[in-house]
Amino acid sequence: MLESLTVFFENLGIVKVPEQLEYLSDLPNLLFAVWETLYAPLAATLFAYVIGLPLGVLLVTGEKEGIRPLPPVFMRVLNTLINLLRSVPFLILMVLVFPLSRLILGTTIGTTATIIPLTVAAAPYVARLVEASLREMDRGVIEAAQSMGCSTWQIITRVMLPECKPGLINGATNAAITILSYGAMAGAIGGGGLGSIALMRGHARNQRLVLWVAVIILVVLVQIIQTIGTRLTVRSDKRINK
Amino acid sequence: MPPIISIEHLTKTFQLDGKPFNALSDVSLEVQQGEIFGIIGLSGAGKSTLVRCINLLEAPTSGTVLVRGQELTKLSAKELRLARRKISMIFQGFHLLMQRTCLQNVCFPLELQGVAKNKARERALELLRVVGLEEKANSYPAQLSGGQKQRVAIARALATDPDVLLCDEATSALDPKTTREILSLIRDINKRLGVTVVVITHDMKVIEEICSKVVILNQGNIAESGTVEEVFSNPKSEAGRRLVYPGGMPALHLLKDSRVIRVAFNGGTAYQPLIASLAIDCGVKANILGADTRNIDGKAFGTMLLGLPEDETEANRALQYIRSQPNVTVEEVQDYHA
Repeated sequence: MLESLTVFFENLGIVKVPEQLEYLSDLPNLLFAVWETLYAPLAATLFAYVIGLPLGVLLVTGEKEGIRPLPPVFMRVLNTLINLLRSVPFLILMVLVFPLSRLILGTTIGTTATIIPLTVAAAPYVARLVEASLREMDRGVIEAAQSMGCSTWQIITRVMLPECKPGLINGATNAAITILSYGAMAGAIGGGGLGSIALMRGHARNQRLVLWVAVIILVVLVQIIQTIGTRLTVRSDKRINK
Repeated sequence: MPPIISIEHLTKTFQLDGKPFNALSDVSLEVQQGEIFGIIGLSGAGKSTLVRCINLLEAPTSGTVLVRGQELTKLSAKELRLARRKISMIFQGFHLLMQRTCLQNVCFPLELQGVAKNKARERALELLRVVGLEEKANSYPAQLSGGQKQRVAIARALATDPDVLLCDEATSALDPKTTREILSLIRDINKRLGVTVVVITHDMKVIEEICSKVVILNQGNIAESGTVEEVFSNPKSEAGRRLVYPGGMPALHLLKDSRVIRVAFNGGTAYQPLIASLAIDCGVKANILGADTRNIDGKAFGTMLLGLPEDETEANRALQYIRSQPNVTVEEVQDYHA
């Protein structure tokens, strides 16, 4: 079985096949890589929402026509800061964030250390996603809530966020997938996971088989996340007449 | 009894492209406890702004708004939120929470007040029964028709036992049959629960159907006000006439020099053959320029525009004859040819 596989791949022009097959058949090792691939981005997505969700809410409620206008200067600074962070390429942002990682985690290397730059990169993106979802909100419904005596906080927590839930879930799916692909890039600075394997083994050591397997697993992971996200979005949307 | 709503010298100025625009200027009105009060005007007249000033969704630029003797413009944000619980509002676009079931929608204002879940549920079910939608309790708004959505909105508005119900073009998005159903529901609620209702509309039929008093709003000013019977049978202002005779006054060019009178039938029969008897009894032929009869509060009201003969004596004879009829008032239309 193993031998016929070896012959098959060697006929395709791939070198160092036995070595690669041996590496790939180490299932616990591979599963650990999958775990590393998921855990840093998912943790970063969570933290990004802790920061980005309130910011996104603020972007909508704090503007001039919002339910709780904030000083225009503050809004301008906030918008500029978010645009600034979003325009820095992730690889460069990672390096720039090193001091912060060292401050918080004491290290800049390893899978856990990538959570910091991933969060910094994702939070402004999440803020924009949340903003976009909340802008879909019907002004009339907010007005109705105000007419019932809703406070600003109640409008945010009981009207805007629940009413925009489908859009928010859809946004979170997008965020998770984007952060996952950033995470694969983080392999470059010593994070673990499939991205790192594809880069270090697959590309640098010319182990084509390992590279493709790593990429295929990544694709499957993205598919799974997207499918779950889409399903949750549709299920949570009561505006569709079912 | 003091009025439940009293608006004094209300002015609202918006900034439009940097220029001030008076949406309302010096509006004063009083609404008595338990009545259904209509505010009518063409679009842009300031109706929506006016009704939003009653619960301070719009803050007046100047003037006072008293509801149940409470001066709303002087309240703190928190006091205002409490006051709003007793001033409910329904809208043209219903504005239900689309991700909540009908039952949860009606529960919503109760949740805001911290009413316990089962108690809120009970009350909400009771209200859905009042509006005749009990079986839709677990449906979502997207699954309802427009009329049903407005019923849910009414149930939601009643959840907090309001003193006042503000209706902002509440039937304007509905077909005529549904409109009548919703209006009769509102009238029913007004009678049964004693809720004072303020109705904003551009549609005369809505006012006729349920209101007892009416204010005609025109370009931010009150053009005229009074009982519906007074105003609609005999509109005195230009804006009032435009509303009562939306088609404009007909056959203008045919009657350059003749006098025009408006005959109003005040609650007698509108169908008495006045024109025929005018011709027979005094031999005068009058031109019917327009006629409109309406059923208000079960009594027949009608107005007729008559063009009198050009001959002065004949015209006077006809005028005298019509004036002598019971249940009829006559007014000469001065600016008809203008």
